Amino acid sequence: METKATVIRDENSETAELRINMGPQHPATHGVFRMVLTLDGERVVTVEPHIGYLHRGSEKLTEGENFQQITTLFDRLDYISNFNNEWVYVRTVERAMEVEIPERAEFIRIILGELNRIASHFLFYGTYGLDIGAMNPVMIGFRERERIQALFEGVSGARMMHNYFRVGGVKEDLPDGFVPAINALLEHLKKGYEDAKNILTESEIFIERTAGIGALDAERTLDYGVTGPVLRAAGVDYDIRKADPYSMYSDLDFSVPLGSHGDCYDRYMVRMLEIEQSIKIIEQCIRRLPDGPIQGKVSRILRPPEGDFFVHGENPRGDLGVYLVSTGGTVRPYRLKIRGPSFSNLMALSSMMEGAYLADSTVILGSLDIVLGEVDR
Amino acid sequence: MFTALFLFFLWRPISLGTTTGLFTALKHAFRRPVTLQYPTEQPVLAPRFMAHPVLTWDFEVDEPYCTGCLICMKICPTDVITVSMKDNEKFASEDSKRRKIVDDFKLDVADCIMCGLCVDYCNFDAIVMSDHFDASVDNRSNLVHDLQTLLDEGKGQQEKGRWSPPATKKSQRRSAAQAKVSKPSSSEEAKESTSEENEIETD
Ligand code: SF4
Ligand code: SF4
Repeated sequence: METKATVIRDENSETAELRINMGPQHPATHGVFRMVLTLDGERVVTVEPHIGYLHRGSEKLTEGENFQQITTLFDRLDYISNFNNEWVYVRTVERAMEVEIPERAEFIRIILGELNRIASHFLFYGTYGLDIGAMNPVMIGFRERERIQALFEGVSGARMMHNYFRVGGVKEDLPDGFVPAINALLEHLKKGYEDAKNILTESEIFIERTAGIGALDAERTLDYGVTGPVLRAAGVDYDIRKADPYSMYSDLDFSVPLGSHGDCYDRYMVRMLEIEQSIKIIEQCIRRLPDGPIQGKVSRILRPPEGDFFVHGENPRGDLGVYLVSTGGTVRPYRLKIRGPSFSNLMALSSMMEGAYLADSTVILGSLDIVLGEVDR
Repeated sequence: MFTALFLFFLWRPISLGTTTGLFTALKHAFRRPVTLQYPTEQPVLAPRFMAHPVLTWDFEVDEPYCTGCLICMKICPTDVITVSMKDNEKFASEDSKRRKIVDDFKLDVADCIMCGLCVDYCNFDAIVMSDHFDASVDNRSNLVHDLQTLLDEGKGQQEKGRWSPPATKKSQRRSAAQAKVSKPSSSEEAKESTSEENEIETD
């Protein structure tokens, strides 16, 4: 039997704005993040981000923990780049206590931090592919990240929550056979990077989905306080490793990839090129890795002197800052403010998304590469 | 798949970028899968792998290494350890050098975040991270491990060779890793022989 659909046409009908919820359990929001989108047809009119689903009160919790214990909280902020988080925190306490770090510990930190950057960018690559509807990238991204995490497990004992950096150095020395293992890993990563590049970078479909989408010019990125690859994609040359060098970065030879349009494709490209640069940095570090102690001279009870200290570092997502207020002589901070890159980057979301198509909303959100653990803290 | 490829080429002129992507994907279709079939295949764990901590057993004197000094309890960020201490009977009969010994030890594995701080700060090599990653139980209360369970698990780890008593004291190893020794080591050793030492302050 044939059925026919009848379309009721009302000549007086008007189009109305439609409000839809995206998230908090939407897979494309990379965590628990909710947006209320107001749509006019296919176009997004306004975006209201709702955050706080993952709020754990990390900043407040630090006030109840010893300086040694706070590293564990930093692991859980941006859970994709744990080493980089720990690093910024221990540098804050080190600056407060004026601890000198042995060279070997510095190199170990750079190697692990840069590997973590690669792992984070590979994860971005995978999930971004998924956001735009490609299934292959996520397999490659996770495969490469898994290799890196296997190495991390050998070094720190944990895949993600390492708790490996200590004030004054690192917890223990690198395991035996680390250098051959990392050399083999870098070979794999280079191959994986080629595969990753072949699938997306020049794919016409990918370029059409991302080029010109969600563009944010240099001026507005600076207004919003956007940092990291999103800022550099807009052509602003600001990388803390160059602008305010810490650790041994001023001795190392690397360049900062820059975009020009500030659109989703440039953000993707900046991250991919950063993988290349990170591999370059790690290779230099392995060549120069000295022998020697891994812990500086620091007492087991940490009591930073009185004062305010601010330290920031270049995380895979941008500028992570830690502002420590110490009353002096106590084993706990009086106040510890965390300036998270994901949070500031997310604030630019509405400005990027308004006027875009609904189908592009996940593309734009994905290109920011936020981690909700750090947005909500 | 090949029909799809064929149609794809018909549909639009061949573009190099898209085809390299397709061929990379195709290449991967013939590779060995990297997935580990978990329950049948077991993962190879790194020697430093950290699951929840367990207590070690001193086979020489037949007693735990743990002196119940409470340092791990104070350094634990999630407060999952409860320890109490008693006088060591073997010290009175001069069989052991430990003046105090652990009386009771409780560890709530449900709240342990496997950070390894307790192991790092214990001065007596009495606690080590185990490899019990499959710690699921059918009742939450079973996750609270008591002294006997922890010691048994620790013995299991020692038999497996994941931990053996180190030749030097922890404090010596620690100062060897440091750039400069912060205190003269003799005073530190003297301090350590009294097990009531409290290094971690809690205000
Ligand atoms: S720190 Fe070591 S010796 Fe002290 S109570 Fe804990 S496990 Fe026992
Ligand atoms: S591993 Fe960390 S959380 Fe677990 S008992 Fe030890 S100190 Fe506490």
